Amino acid sequence: MNEPVIRDIWVYLSTSPLLGLTITLVAYGLAYRLYLKSNSSPLVNPVVTSVAMLIALLMLTGTSYEEYFEGGQFVHFLLGPATVALAVPLYQQFSRLRQLWLPVSISLVCGVVIAAGSSIGLAWMLGGSTEIQVSLAPKSATAPVAMGISETIGGIPSLTAVLVVATGIVGAVLGTKLFEWMRITDDSVKGIAMGVAAHGIGTARAFQVSSQMGAFSGLAMALSAFATALIVPWLVDLLGI
Amino acid sequence: MNFLNGITLLLVYQLVGEVTVRLLSLPIPGPVLGMVMLFLTLMIRGATPEPLENASSALLSHLSLLFVPAGVGMMSHFGRIADEWLPITLALFLSTIITMVATAGIMQVTSRWFSSPEDAGGQRDE
Repeated sequence: MNEPVIRDIWVYLSTSPLLGLTITLVAYGLAYRLYLKSNSSPLVNPVVTSVAMLIALLMLTGTSYEEYFEGGQFVHFLLGPATVALAVPLYQQFSRLRQLWLPVSISLVCGVVIAAGSSIGLAWMLGGSTEIQVSLAPKSATAPVAMGISETIGGIPSLTAVLVVATGIVGAVLGTKLFEWMRITDDSVKGIAMGVAAHGIGTARAFQVSSQMGAFSGLAMALSAFATALIVPWLVDLLGI
Repeated sequence: MNFLNGITLLLVYQLVGEVTVRLLSLPIPGPVLGMVMLFLTLMIRGATPEPLENASSALLSHLSLLFVPAGVGMMSHFGRIADEWLPITLALFLSTIITMVATAGIMQVTSRWFSSPEDAGGQRDE
């Protein structure tokens, strides 16, 4: 093989968004297949596997995150329209919600306060810096919302994005086990808890359990995104961080 | 064309949301305001247009994929995470479990309190 030609191709690829975008989709495709092969075991969560594959690949080839993100941003960008799209399941489940509006609102506000309060409190007790505490605070909201909040309250938005993904994974992996242990069988209860604690990644998991649980989880994620945006900056202010 | 109309509508709402948030310096992210505005529009119209339905279900059914690039961002925070790994991992792990259990518990109890007797037998379908 002709070395300089390969180098030229590599130079071209590493500056173009094509490679970053393609490897993201290929890695996710492989991770999703692996997930189906494992009989949809939550431990083989496609986000974990594809992130691990991509980090390993980037480190092996000495590619920086910034170079990768040239392509990855096209996928990342879709989080914005996806947030807007949540209005559709929210609207379609609205009659359900109207019946349950009081328990849903109470659980939602308590859930959002507990999510932010417990992460700030635990990080503080364990000696985490202020930056870490505020970056953790919006971790249960969906990524674009959490990043926006993190920025307003003095956190590190890109670190928050990572923490949001990790939170979603923990919730998706442990959620169904926790509900089993609590003997909860009602899909609306499970969905609300999943959406409040583990946003979109939890919702993706909830849709695998049942469409009702998924719809409620999507609903809770949409509403808690809104509640987190209103409550967390105020809570951080109140705690004097 | 169908899918294109749907995605265009989502982007228009996001754009209006972002611009409004900046103009009025609101504390909420633009896409969230866009979501609220789209929700209100659907309530007024009383139906979901088919292109919108297709575009939103396409986006939402692959929601986990959209988190992958942000997750890969972990590699640029390895240093920070290594420095404070104990508070980060433990706070994240425990707080997620606490939130999940507490929210499920509160929802379980409150939905029993507030369910009217005629609804208690089973949920109505639309």
